[in-house]
This record gives sequence, structure tokens and C-alpha cells, in this order.
Amino acid sequence: MNNPDAMIFMRDLHKSFGTIEAVNGVTLSIGRGKVMVIIGPSGSGKSTLLRCINHLEIETAGEIWVDGEKLTRDQTQLNRIRAEIGMVFQHFNLYPHLTVLENITLAQQIVRRRTKAEAIEIARQQLDRVRILRKKDDFPFQLSGGQQQRVAIARALAMNPKIMLFDEPTSALDPEMIKEVLDVMLDLVEDGITMVVVTHEMGFARRAANEVVFMDRGKVVEQAAPEAFFTNPQSERSQLFLSQILNK
Amino acid sequence: MLNWNGIRSRLRDYPWWLVGILFLVLGTFYLILTQPTFNEAFAFIKAGLSVTLSTTFSAFGIALVIGLLAGLGRISSNVLIRNIATLYIELVRGIPMLVLIFVIAIVVVPAMVSGLNALGATLAENGLPFLAALFSGIENKEVPMTARAITALAATYGAFLAEIFRAGIQSIGKGQMEAARSQGMSYVQAMRYVILPQAVRNVLPALGNDFISMLKDSSLVSVLAVRDITQVTRLYTGQTFRYQEAFTTLAILYLTMTVILSLLVKTIEGKLRRNE
Repeated sequence: MNNPDAMIFMRDLHKSFGTIEAVNGVTLSIGRGKVMVIIGPSGSGKSTLLRCINHLEIETAGEIWVDGEKLTRDQTQLNRIRAEIGMVFQHFNLYPHLTVLENITLAQQIVRRRTKAEAIEIARQQLDRVRILRKKDDFPFQLSGGQQQRVAIARALAMNPKIMLFDEPTSALDPEMIKEVLDVMLDLVEDGITMVVVTHEMGFARRAANEVVFMDRGKVVEQAAPEAFFTNPQSERSQLFLSQILNK
Repeated sequence: MLNWNGIRSRLRDYPWWLVGILFLVLGTFYLILTQPTFNEAFAFIKAGLSVTLSTTFSAFGIALVIGLLAGLGRISSNVLIRNIATLYIELVRGIPMLVLIFVIAIVVVPAMVSGLNALGATLAENGLPFLAALFSGIENKEVPMTARAITALAATYGAFLAEIFRAGIQSIGKGQMEAARSQGMSYVQAMRYVILPQAVRNVLPALGNDFISMLKDSSLVSVLAVRDITQVTRLYTGQTFRYQEAFTTLAILYLTMTVILSLLVKTIEGKLRRNE
């Protein structure tokens, strides 16, 4: 199952902050077009693991391969690979000084070197895809949290990434806005893009994931198909976690 | 019926200080128009106005460039760059501005000229006469005091502006840099297109205030015999002994310029706040 031909492959990954081992020896592979959902208690290292995939965090030990290429510290390689990996953040991180449309065209123009007209055309398509085209001339602060997150997804998609990373995309949203973001993410699953999602939304994990990974204290405790994981968790730790989260 | 509470709160919030300044400025200009001694002093002093303004504008322009580079240097992950930037800023902050102006004009600029000459000589010896021509043949006495004064002011304010730029950049959440980098932008691109536009906007009022400070501190270049309004005032009093008229006029000239500028900065500040 763990093979270097996968879209993302990591071997014995470690990341420590000072004396804290945030990620402590993780080996995982994510196949092309597959959706992996990473769950676990807070502080279990799942966000750090995700951020290692596009080197927002640099691993202390181990290897990461993206689309058959091993990540190094070479900035040119890193910028090239990052352009292929879209990332959606918990706090959206839209560029507040730019309009919705400009948020989406900026990196297309300076990283993908598209003309302004091309970039705008693609931005319009992506905004339409996340159902928010009518807000294209607004500034981020004029949008609700759910709308901002959908713009952030469109911004990532406009780069035509091979991979989409989601770092708790609904955790900062009001409950009534979670659905609109999850619906957009479910559309992406249909489109067959490789996705790695860190979330607390168990409903999404169950519906969308090909594989669920449960992490605790920097290690992968359990890795299974969603049905198997949610109906029959193997480890004691994941049983406890699920009972806490589902009986809420 | 009269709304007494409304009137009272309006009177309390009214900018009386500005009325006071207006009174001083208009009073002085009245004297200038009516009193021959004031009139003569003003006519003499205003000749220095273009030097004061051109010195301030060019020094501030250079200081903006130095400040941006040094500010970026201060937060660089490169140890050498970071330490050079910090060294520069601490040197400037640790020396009184008046002393610094002397040191730069009399020690640093000549040293730079000798350095360039030596570089030119080396280039000539190594058979690069084209490049050598650029660097040699400058003589110290050919570097005018105005240029030295501008260098000194720019170097001093570059350090102040560096700290403003650094604070502005650090006030932008790190999520912005991460978002930009995650899209494949280089550090420089992320700075240029995402961080700096936001940071500069945030520090615009602070930059404006430093511009006003620089306009005032430009009076220090009079010690280099640069003929700004302070220097021409001193020359005038040396000839006429009309100290009271001359220095009153000088002070009111600075005050007029700085108050206009500070009202401008306040307007910009208010506009920025409304757009948030």
C-alpha cells in the first residue's frame, strides 16, 4: 500500500518543535484522485503533518514525495511543487487588500504567468464553481466566513492544482455556514482531485473519504476505510475519541 | 429651542489648539505685512525655503528606500543581513542626530570618496578603464555640502523608517505569507504583492509623521553651512542683529509647514480608518 508512485508519499516523517514531537514517525501514501481525511484530538499533529506536505513546515526527519518527486529545500523546486498543491486554511487567509477577483488572479499571473484576461476568465469559472461569482468585486471583509472560505477554495483551484490540502476548513465558521463549504468540497470529490482533509466533520469523512487516518500524539493510530473505522474502530484510543465526538 | 448639551459638547470637542496656532501664524504674517523690519527679515529668510524643501524631499525619498531595505533586513532569516541591518539601526540610534550629521558629512562621505577612488585605481590597473572612469576622479571638495547634508539626513532617517517598516510588516498575520507561499510565490513575490501593500498602508500615518519630523530636523543641516531657512536666518541676524524678528519669522515658517502637513496626515489616517 505504501508506494512511491502515489500522489503523496511520506516515509517515517518526524517534525519537532523544540522538545515537542508534533509528528513522530508517520508513513502514509495517498493515491491519485483519492481523498484522505485525517482526524484526531487537538494537538495530535494532524495539521502539522498536512503543513509538511507543502513544506510550510519542514520535517526534522523523514521523506516526502509529491507526484513522484522528493521534496528538498531547494526554493525553486519548492515554489514549483507548491503551485501544484492548493491549500485551504482554517482562517481563510484571503488577501484583504484585494477584491475577490484579484485574490484569485494574483498568483495565476505571477506564478502561472497567465495573462490578465486568462486569469480573470479562470477566476470567473472557479467563482461560479463555488457559487459566489456575484461577489467578485467585493473585498473579503464584506463577505461572511462561509463565503470567504469558498473564495479561498476558488483561489486554490484556479491554479489547477493536482492536490488540495484542507486544514480544518470549517472550524472557524458559524454552524449555519459549515454546510455551504462542505457542499463545495463534496463537489470537488466528485471531480476526482486528490484531497487531504484535516477536519472534525465526521459526516464529511464518512461520505467523502476513501481512507480515514486517526492520529494521536504525532502517530497514526489507525488507518481504515470510513465505514470500517466508524462502525468498528480497532484501537482503544479511536474508540474513546469517537464516543466522545459522536455523543456530544 | 436651543440644544445646550449639543452646543456644549461641540465647544468641548472644537480644535481650539488649531485656532491658537492660526492666531499665531496670522499674527506674525500681519507683522510681516505691516512692519518693515519683519518684512525685510521674511524676504531674506524665504530665500532658504527651496533649500529646506528640496533637502527634505530628496533625503526622505532616499530614506524610504534605505528604510525599506533595512527593515526587510531586520526580519531576514539570513544572520549576516539581519546583523548588518541591526548594526546600522543601532549605530544611528545611539548617536545624537547633530553629531551624526557632522560625522557623516566630514568623516563618512570623504571615506566613501577615497574608497571609490581606490576602487577606480584598482580597476584601471586591471585594464578596465571604462569602469574605472566611473569611480575615480571624484574629489572630496567636489562633493557639495548640500549632498552631504542630504546623505546625512537620509542615513539617519533610514534607520527610523526601517523600524516603522519592520513593525508594519510584522503587524501582518503570518497566515498571509503562508497563503502566498502555498500558491507557489517566492518570498520576494509574496512580500511585493501581498505583505508590503498591506504593511505600507498600515504605516502610512507613521511615515507621514516622520516626514514632518524630518522637515524640522532639516534645520540641523545649517551646521554644514547649507543655506536652508535656519542658516539664512543666522546669516541675516549676523548682519542686522534683528534676532527677534528673524527667529520669530523662522519659527512661524516651520510651524506653518508642519501644521499643514500634520492636518494632511490626520486626513489620510481618517480615510484609512474608514475603509477598514
